[in-house]
Amino acid sequence: MTTLTPVLTGNWDLPDSFTLGGYGEYEAAKRALGMDPDAIIQIVKDSGLRGRGGAGFPTGMKWGFIPQNDGKAHYLVVNADESEPGTCKDIPLMMANPHSLVEGVIITSYAIRANYAFIYVRGEVLHVIRRVQAAVREAYEKGYLGANIFGSGYDLELVVHSGAGAYICGEETALLDSLEGYRGQPRLKPPFPAVAGLYASPTVVNNVESVASVPSIVANGADWFAGMGTEKSKGFGIFSLSGHVTRPGQYEAPLGITLRELLDMAGGIREGHELKFWTPGGSSTPIFTAEHLDVPLDFESVGAKGSMLGTRALQIFDETTCVVRAVLRWTEFYAHESCGKCTPCREGTYWLKQVLKRLEKGQGTEDDLATITDIADNILGRSFCALGDGATSPIHSSVKYFRDEYLKHFEIGGCPFDRAASTVWGSK
Amino acid sequence: MTYAPEVRARLETDAKEIIGRYPRPRSALLPLLHLVQSEDGYVSDDGQEFCAEMLGLSKAEVVGVATFYTMYKRKPAGEYNVGVCINALCAVMGGDQIWEELSEHVGVGHDETTSDGKITLERLECNAACDFAPVMMVNWEFFDNQTPDSARQLVDDLREGKEVAPTRGPSRLCTFREASRVLAGFPDGLAGEGPSAAGPSLEGLRLAKANGWEAPKPGAQERGSEK
Repeated sequence: MTTLTPVLTGNWDLPDSFTLGGYGEYEAAKRALGMDPDAIIQIVKDSGLRGRGGAGFPTGMKWGFIPQNDGKAHYLVVNADESEPGTCKDIPLMMANPHSLVEGVIITSYAIRANYAFIYVRGEVLHVIRRVQAAVREAYEKGYLGANIFGSGYDLELVVHSGAGAYICGEETALLDSLEGYRGQPRLKPPFPAVAGLYASPTVVNNVESVASVPSIVANGADWFAGMGTEKSKGFGIFSLSGHVTRPGQYEAPLGITLRELLDMAGGIREGHELKFWTPGGSSTPIFTAEHLDVPLDFESVGAKGSMLGTRALQIFDETTCVVRAVLRWTEFYAHESCGKCTPCREGTYWLKQVLKRLEKGQGTEDDLATITDIADNILGRSFCALGDGATSPIHSSVKYFRDEYLKHFEIGGCPFDRAASTVWGSK
Repeated sequence: MTYAPEVRARLETDAKEIIGRYPRPRSALLPLLHLVQSEDGYVSDDGQEFCAEMLGLSKAEVVGVATFYTMYKRKPAGEYNVGVCINALCAVMGGDQIWEELSEHVGVGHDETTSDGKITLERLECNAACDFAPVMMVNWEFFDNQTPDSARQLVDDLREGKEVAPTRGPSRLCTFREASRVLAGFPDGLAGEGPSAAGPSLEGLRLAKANGWEAPKPGAQERGSEK
């Protein structure tokens, strides 16, 4: 049986966890700044840490791509723009334990030889922004940030930057454009940020949880981290359960745990109901059903079953939920958030929304199913960034698993589900 | 109309501090727009002109950016920006019903403000608190686990000027302008209020402690996160 491994969440129940008093004295950063930066990159490579923002790219390898001795300024930008539907781990992490992030920023910046770092936090989370601002200020006051940190001769400035409401800014190149003061629209890659990122300089963009995991790896060693998880998906991660479960919440566990195990811990599906469909890693990852309860939640196993681990955002829906309605909502989200740069995404999400609205009202035809699949095929892989690709995931996967439910809508001329039954209060 | 000289002087002092944080001035545009909202309650014409002057940009460049981001209000917003999450999960868990009943109760729709200038309603996309569904946000503070009744009560209390506190946040709710100032990077000293974490955020940790589950010991000295 897999058990939980609270590390990043380990101090969240302390009333002062968000202060240095409740966190600790940055021992890992102290140790790191006495090391050769390349040795730190090697430790993170050896740990097997892969990006926790969804894509799962090896973190140490990303750091290693930063050219050295190039005479250019280097930057670290923390992607704290958590906005993927279902994803809700970085926000409580920064609220309860912002110092793990700040300490991770120091170590990461030192490793990639950056003297300037940014935390780009989505703007719609005021108290989280307060906590991160306060943690950064506390670190400055202690001399953990600024000039000559720990007497090592290393200087680092860290700026907390609030976004202004745009899901697309979670895409790393859109985030960089936004941080430069422009509309947040993705850039064509290559060049990748490691070569031409912020201000066209070498830049690492890392997710909050990835950076926050670094101090524990430096403190406890690569082997300690690699001892958890699976062969290719090492370490722990925060699994976020939401929806029709008895005890939704944040469960920090080794990668490779299954939904069945997590549901056992969370008290199962809410009483009297059963699992219908779920997302393994947010709305951009193809949905799963009850047949996937035992799929190990690691990058490889989830991928082999046709979805993606993403951000471990497990949105759970029981049998009272209309899948067409959920897919319509996600599609409306993508249409709303498409930045408009690439035609397939901008136009495609708009038309998907129109057709799905018709389908949900029971006014569609079987041809509409072919149409939405065709539109999705024409978005997938045809835009600069992954937003458009993500928009196609709910379409393709829901038609695959729930074709009959789509058909039922126009057979009876409406939605066969009672909306009240799926609400928190409706089942009582 | 332009800013009165004393207002202009105050804004300039703040703007220079913001610009000074960044290696390149234009990076200050988003916080400057938040600053303008903290003064005017929305991104006013004067405010955009001010941003352009401070950064040496054309006003068109500033407007082009301001119109891209949903948090920048194009017209005077209410004292309280009340949002209801209507993304898939919250909608299914009751957000749709909350929105419908609240909108009817208040008498305004999406991005509309009540005639007393108190409440602007907004249909929100996911705000990263899915384990607390259905979620509402007021001036970007969390109001977790809402119901149609609690939502009506919340808005009634706000309109009557009663003290209202977020479920995870400070003991007092800021106005929209005060919140915008924090977003511009000027802390209000409230970071220490409210819980570290609450409810669902602690479920996993609670269970781990009850069962004695921990991450493996590294053998060497334990670090701070082990508490």
